[in-house]
Amino acid sequence: MIRHLISASDLGKDDALLILDTAEELARVSERSIKKLPTLRGRTVVNLFFEDSTRTRISFEAAAKRLSADVINFSAKGSSVSKGESLKDTALTLEAMGADAVVIRHSASGAPHRLANWVRGSVVNAGDGTHEHPTQALLDAFSMRRRLGGLEGRRITIVGDVLHSRVARSNVLLLATLGAEVTLVAPPTLLPVSVDTWPCEVSYDLDSVLPKSDAVMMLRVQKERMNAAYFPSEREYSRRYGLDRDRFAKMPDQAIVMHPGPMNRGMEIAAEVADSPRSTIVEQVANGVTIRMAVLYLLLGGETVA
Amino acid sequence: MSESRAVLEGPDIHRALTRIAHEILERTKGADEVVLLGIPTRGATLARRLGDRIERFEGVKIPVGSIDITMYRDDLRLKPARPLGRTELPPDGIDGKIVVLVDDVLYSGRTVRAALDALNDLGRPTAVQLATLVDRGHRELPIRADYVGKNLPTAKSEKVKVYLQETDGREAVLLMKEDAK
Repeated sequence: MIRHLISASDLGKDDALLILDTAEELARVSERSIKKLPTLRGRTVVNLFFEDSTRTRISFEAAAKRLSADVINFSAKGSSVSKGESLKDTALTLEAMGADAVVIRHSASGAPHRLANWVRGSVVNAGDGTHEHPTQALLDAFSMRRRLGGLEGRRITIVGDVLHSRVARSNVLLLATLGAEVTLVAPPTLLPVSVDTWPCEVSYDLDSVLPKSDAVMMLRVQKERMNAAYFPSEREYSRRYGLDRDRFAKMPDQAIVMHPGPMNRGMEIAAEVADSPRSTIVEQVANGVTIRMAVLYLLLGGETVA
Repeated sequence: MSESRAVLEGPDIHRALTRIAHEILERTKGADEVVLLGIPTRGATLARRLGDRIERFEGVKIPVGSIDITMYRDDLRLKPARPLGRTELPPDGIDGKIVVLVDDVLYSGRTVRAALDALNDLGRPTAVQLATLVDRGHRELPIRADYVGKNLPTAKSEKVKVYLQETDGREAVLLMKEDAK
């Protein structure tokens, strides 16, 4: 097993399947009355969040606590970072406190990679800028595998703001590793320049892709990262790339709808689609805790590689 | 592989299990409240076989499950993280039952200690008993088995390996001299 989880591409097929299989067993722990395992007793996990996040931070916190690790939450607001401390000095402080794992979210792409060179513990990327969010990709793959029965040869469509989405990049890399066929659908302005080097297909026409999809993942339009006009109006975006009732009806009967959250109802996804039984949106949150338990167990549970 | 010798062959294993099944019935007076929990991988297989036998002898179907102890081991940090086995409890749970833990080889007793810890998080049985196919001695903890297929005197340097049809395609218990890799 690898030591850090920075990118979905760090995972070979065997590692990825090991994480998914481990999560499958751990999912049973969440169903019992005592939802705690003693495995990481005495280990310290630091949640280092430089960017706002509710579900990912809570999810990592719940996962670490269910494995009996000690959790230290550190958010940039109201901390020494707002007084001007650099990432490296923050890292050295955490190091001195004896962190066995650092879960980091940062607005700068590549911050977890830098951090991995400064600390002795494992670094888990919980989202860096517009780069990657590997545990989200793992929980998405886990949710899909549970609903679809397997990923080999499945057709997955990812729709929306790919340019600003770390979820999309991690998902494309991981799903390709697991043998799924991924198609990205987005307006040309919301696709990264290098998308032709990604292991996936690209389309601009959602309606033609939907009937051939086993799972459709809608991405949030990230207004906070948009510094230019990427599309004429929200209404036009929603009409061409939003998943409304009519488009939902074009999907195969067993196909599922996913969203990493937080979602803008009425914008990229219609409320009744988001609440349909074929939507995995709530499941994804529950699976998030399970998959993060699996990742923390596999990174920290065994002997520590020096 | 250097030297290895079969201590039990297929028919011996079958006879030992048959005897253990009878002993369980006798000791628990008909096995009414018994739940068999096997420790993966081979303990789980043995638990299923014991369950089948008890059903055949007395016509009672007793609940059989498995209990994975990986997350409760005391030697986790000595090796890279291991894949997990399956924990599968019968629908009625284990509260108020007599749990019979089933494992293939009883050695240091550490696996059984871990299983007792795991049980603690799963419910509160009235009693816990232990069945093992082979007891090879060298206990490091105050633990003993209630039902033993075969007591096998061994040296610490030797290895005991159990092969079962369901998982290994053959039936045997082998005793291997050291440096058998």
